[in-house]
Amino acid sequence: MEESKSRHALALSALLLALFLGGWQLAISGGGGPVPDMDPEYAALMGDIAKGGSALPSPLDVAKEMWRHISDPFYDKGPNDKGIGIQLAYSLTRVLIGFLIATLVAIPLGFLIGMSPLFYRALDPFIQILKPISPLAWMPLALYTIKDSDISSVFVIFICSIWPMLMNTAFGVASVRRDWLNVAKTLEVGRLRTAFRVILPAAAPTIMTGMRIALAIAWLVIVAAEMLVGGTGVGYFVWNEWNNLSITNIICAILFIGLVGMALDQALHGLSKLVTYTE
Amino acid sequence: MDRNNLISVEGLARRFPGAGGDDPVTVFDDLWFAAAKGEFVCLIGHSGCGKSTILNILAGIDRPTEGTVIVDGKEVTGPSLDRAVVFQGHALMPWMTTMGNIAFAVRSRWPRWPRSKIRDHCQAYIDMVHLTGSENKKPAQLSGGMRQRVGIARALAIEPRIMLLDEPFSALDALTRGALQDELLDICAKTRQTTFMITHDIDEALLLADRILLMTNGPKARIAEIVVNTLPKGRTRSEFHRHANYYPLRNHLIDFLVSRSEALRELVAGVDPRKPPAVFPRAEEPGQPPAVIADATA
Repeated sequence: MEESKSRHALALSALLLALFLGGWQLAISGGGGPVPDMDPEYAALMGDIAKGGSALPSPLDVAKEMWRHISDPFYDKGPNDKGIGIQLAYSLTRVLIGFLIATLVAIPLGFLIGMSPLFYRALDPFIQILKPISPLAWMPLALYTIKDSDISSVFVIFICSIWPMLMNTAFGVASVRRDWLNVAKTLEVGRLRTAFRVILPAAAPTIMTGMRIALAIAWLVIVAAEMLVGGTGVGYFVWNEWNNLSITNIICAILFIGLVGMALDQALHGLSKLVTYTE
Repeated sequence: MDRNNLISVEGLARRFPGAGGDDPVTVFDDLWFAAAKGEFVCLIGHSGCGKSTILNILAGIDRPTEGTVIVDGKEVTGPSLDRAVVFQGHALMPWMTTMGNIAFAVRSRWPRWPRSKIRDHCQAYIDMVHLTGSENKKPAQLSGGMRQRVGIARALAIEPRIMLLDEPFSALDALTRGALQDELLDICAKTRQTTFMITHDIDEALLLADRILLMTNGPKARIAEIVVNTLPKGRTRSEFHRHANYYPLRNHLIDFLVSRSEALRELVAGVDPRKPPAVFPRAEEPGQPPAVIADATA
């Protein structure tokens, strides 16, 4: 029963994909005739569009280009022509460093806020103001003070991934069942041992959820940050291909961004399975 | 108070701040009772008379507004490994196995013990509550009765001077409850464990307790009287209700819970709260008064 359901879902997914690809193919092939009265110089610039074709590639073009990227992901032909693998690696490194530093700050701080109502009240106004700020708004300030575009984009990742982890850790720690804390109390368990053996495992699923949200946001933000800062990374790659007007490469990059984002989320999902418990 | 008492509760009161600047609400007031070493004492009362609060104060988790609890000659100022608690909702850590939950308690008591010694010690208590074979199961894989068995094993494993049970079997079905009562009876008889238990199950109290404290309704709850269990020791669940004293005892307790707990609030007004009357309900025999009222501490 369960197996046949998942087979049906798979078949439906394949059908939807086929419909989408078919629609795409149809949309780009049905172009009109040549645009009348176009300046010949402008027509030369516009290439195919002037002849009535579309600049949008067909699904097959994209597939071919994807295959080219996958078969040679790590080539390096100067600053404007690097393989997608290298660009993704740059982005991933920035995201992971920023995310890791944010984790190291957010989890202990979240513990403190969750355990102490005093700290919660004292820090709440700051968190409420800082949380809704778009991480990119920090970029000019970071560039000015840090004077290094690489570290600045890591900082932007740090600042965007800290809030979900901080809020979830504080919430998870504050809502640990009173019974479990009372058990620790009646057993005269010290504060540190209670924190590591009772509160941390009890709050771990909530903390992991915060980490998943944070990593997803970080992966969203890195593309925009790299478009701003330039140089390397998948965000820069997208912007560079836009300047080259290579729609095919942009679509490839979009797909790669999606795939890597999914892989990151799945990795954390696997980790969170290790710490979940059923009551 | 008798110097042989292991637990001595003296003038205990707990008040909570009233809502919106009202007068504080007194849950219970001027509570006096004691328990001797090796004694099994039950506390019965309606909801709202602060039973769980009393147990939490004995455990050291909650603090009284007035009065003191003295255990073994020392005032209770906080939680202690000498007083183990079996919680109403088992309170097992769901991410730990049976062994892990008990070992967590044992390691708290004897931090220097080597791993193997902790393991053997835990195993002995797992065997005692008949959970052999479930050592590596998590609470979610155990039935309600088995979970509460782990809770009892965890409390016993730290070899406390006093065991405090907060309605430990109230969430279980009748058959499981009976089986666990038998085991607790058996364990307490073997270990001579001093035990204080809260319950609202009359038969449970009659089977397990040596003395039963009856509380009036809250607010301002008091101990109305102390019923001494006149059923002879060595009670079993299959036989104890056949004893001649069973129905007089049971009727006395039901009368109290159904009607007198309310009426007694006026009655106790004149009674010295330090010496609630002790009653010995038993079958009437020729030449013997029906219910002897005597000094509670006698």
